[in-house]
Amino acid sequence: MSANPAKGPNAAQERTWDVFAEGLWRDNPVLVMMLGLCPTLAVSNSAINALAMGLATSFVLVASGAIVSLLRSLIPKQVRIATYIVIIATFVTLVDYAIQAISLDLYNALGAFIQLIVVNCIILGRAEAYASRNPVGRAVVNALGMGTGFTLALLLLGSIREILGSGSLFGFNLFGPNFEPWVVMILPPGGFIVLSLMLVVFNLVNKRLGAAVKQGGGHGHAA
Amino acid sequence: MQPENLTFIFLNAALMNNFVLALFLGLCPFMGVSGKLETAVPMGLATSFVMLISSLSAYAINAILVHYHIEFLRLIAYIAVIASAVQLVEMTLKKFTPGLFRALGIYLPLITTNCAILGLALFQTFKHYDFVQSIVYALGAGAGFTLAIALMAGLREKLDLSEVPGVVRGAALSMMLGGLLSLAFMGFAGLGGSH
Repeated sequence: MSANPAKGPNAAQERTWDVFAEGLWRDNPVLVMMLGLCPTLAVSNSAINALAMGLATSFVLVASGAIVSLLRSLIPKQVRIATYIVIIATFVTLVDYAIQAISLDLYNALGAFIQLIVVNCIILGRAEAYASRNPVGRAVVNALGMGTGFTLALLLLGSIREILGSGSLFGFNLFGPNFEPWVVMILPPGGFIVLSLMLVVFNLVNKRLGAAVKQGGGHGHAA
Repeated sequence: MQPENLTFIFLNAALMNNFVLALFLGLCPFMGVSGKLETAVPMGLATSFVMLISSLSAYAINAILVHYHIEFLRLIAYIAVIASAVQLVEMTLKKFTPGLFRALGIYLPLITTNCAILGLALFQTFKHYDFVQSIVYALGAGAGFTLAIALMAGLREKLDLSEVPGVVRGAALSMMLGGLLSLAFMGFAGLGGSH
């Protein structure tokens, strides 16, 4: 976003950063595109669950992005969606068994939502809209950006809900015994309400940024 | 233990553990197609239909997979069947009600990636439901989904006419509505406890 994009040697680097940053803020999968909401809301009742889910999804996103990008000239147009789904399902099965082996507690906490990564629209969306049209390097960087954006949004949501709902963060007690937890925050309605408030804040920040850019002479942001 | 009788399974899937409002499954169409009542209800019905088909198929596939001890293929097999079922519904709608087909737009093929459908297939497998229980579970889930999306659409139609601050308009407002609906549905928990 800084410097001028016209400079020669800097340009490639900048574009790589742009490809990465796209998923981080401007096209953040959760806050802007409203994709992958189901796992976002379902497992964000504690920070640790949210983080695990974010990382698992990011892994699938990057791995399937790479494979789809590598095979993009081999996959016939008519059956591409089915092919993508099978590729994604393969990696999700992998992650499912891996988490089960690493931590059974986590596996039980996340439940069916690990397998449901398959139907996370972010992953299929990226495969269709980006990985199938770009070389491997860019596809992986873009997937990493999206994954990071997703993980951060999830972590933020999970942290807020855990702090308010159980008075702790990553299992550490924050407020001592006198804190009365807002139980509703870790229940389903809390997920909707916190995400809704996050969206409002996000919109406000973006509005301010937009206004600031306009005042500064209208350069820089749009790209 | 709860008695797993059929009425309980139906009510559990439709109200207490409503797929959208308590389990957070199928939020994309819930947020995306709930703008108008006249598209929301058909969307709910189409989803229910796909749920029923995939529930039946998932039951059969699981029996085969367990028989040959290849359960690790479950996910891939389920998703393939669901994709075919959606294709079927899509073709049927296109042939008989082209108007509705256009109104549902991109959200129709996206039923494939509707987690409610795959979630239903997975849950019924985890819960070891038999054939009849699976069907009832699918019907309950479909009814719950349709109810939720229709309620949401009704609320949003009303909200279109009211004055709302710019930053809250759109997704944030829908999300807040979802929260309130979800809060209301928690009242049903008294009917028989959580899962």
